[in-house]
Amino acid sequence: MDPAATATAPTTSFDPAAETGVLIVLPHPDDETFSSGGTIAALSDAGVPVMYLCATYGDMGRRMGKPPVANRESLRDIRIDELRDACAILGNDFRYLGLRDKCVEFEDPAQVAATIAGHIEEQRPSTVITFVPGYGVHPDHDAIGQFTVMTLRNMAPASRPRLLGVAVSGADPALPKVVSDISATARRKIEALRAHRSQTQSMFDDWAKTWDVETLLPIPGAPEPDAQTLAWRDRLTKQETYYLLDPDARTLLD
Amino acid sequence: MQPITKEAVQVELDLRAGTDVHLHLETTTGSYTLMGPEKRPPVIAFARNVVINYSRGVVTGTGPFRVGLKVDDGWVYGDGLTDFEVNDRDELLLAGHDGDGQLTIALQLSVSPFREA
Repeated sequence: MDPAATATAPTTSFDPAAETGVLIVLPHPDDETFSSGGTIAALSDAGVPVMYLCATYGDMGRRMGKPPVANRESLRDIRIDELRDACAILGNDFRYLGLRDKCVEFEDPAQVAATIAGHIEEQRPSTVITFVPGYGVHPDHDAIGQFTVMTLRNMAPASRPRLLGVAVSGADPALPKVVSDISATARRKIEALRAHRSQTQSMFDDWAKTWDVETLLPIPGAPEPDAQTLAWRDRLTKQETYYLLDPDARTLLD
Repeated sequence: MQPITKEAVQVELDLRAGTDVHLHLETTTGSYTLMGPEKRPPVIAFARNVVINYSRGVVTGTGPFRVGLKVDDGWVYGDGLTDFEVNDRDELLLAGHDGDGQLTIALQLSVSPFREA
């Protein structure tokens, strides 16, 4: 194997001031906050317009609130309200593609890619954020990532925005990292997570056992958190990590 | 939703027997089970807006409850049902929830199609 190909790729910092517009393409209401809430807040503070293109209404989620406030038929409207509230906190605009939750991967890729292309043409973003195809864990994540990669592939290289990918579980270590420092906007990210209440209330309840989310300090006497928990906390309060994607490079879904 | 009482649900099943109704039937473990401690693969199925016509619909059990709908050439079956509601669109929603309030099963009947994205 070529040692250069396996070497750890370079890491750069995400600079909100260097952006002129950011388009985020993810499948569910709350994916934007979990993956990019601190970055969105930093961009909107810098006066950079951010548009969230949300592929579904999250209407097939199994979290119904704690205590349950939703059912299968009312979840859609509840999550629409939650996304509106979260985006108001973070300072971005949003639109829906109107696809059925859980069924994104079964749509016609060319058709979805054409829709995304229309939004890129309208927004003219300097950066597009989506999931890294194959590292999204949820099939909707992988599918929307792949459709977004396909969209940029269809564009002339010189006119392509930069493409950044979010990974839920690991990622190819050969991909260059772009790290966004969110220490200044973490509080708004947590506030936006709270706005997604049907999906996050049980998570906040769990956190409260070991971690004070307001002060970001551990509860005295709480058991030592494991590595996964610590990684989660960093992602929620310190940094959001993206992978720089080359649209022409083969993805795990090609 | 409210906890299932067999009498109330039986009335609603009887009301919809012998007519064409739209079925939403679903079970789900959630999509993130591989990230859990047991690393089990997700198991999820749903069918939405399939039209059926049942001659006999029965709710049984002591909680969680079971529902069986007898159709011309077969059955519709669900177990693990804990809660129900008839919403403002006159849809009968039956669901099972786990201890965290997360949905595990849904069995729903409606004369009009369930709303689609």
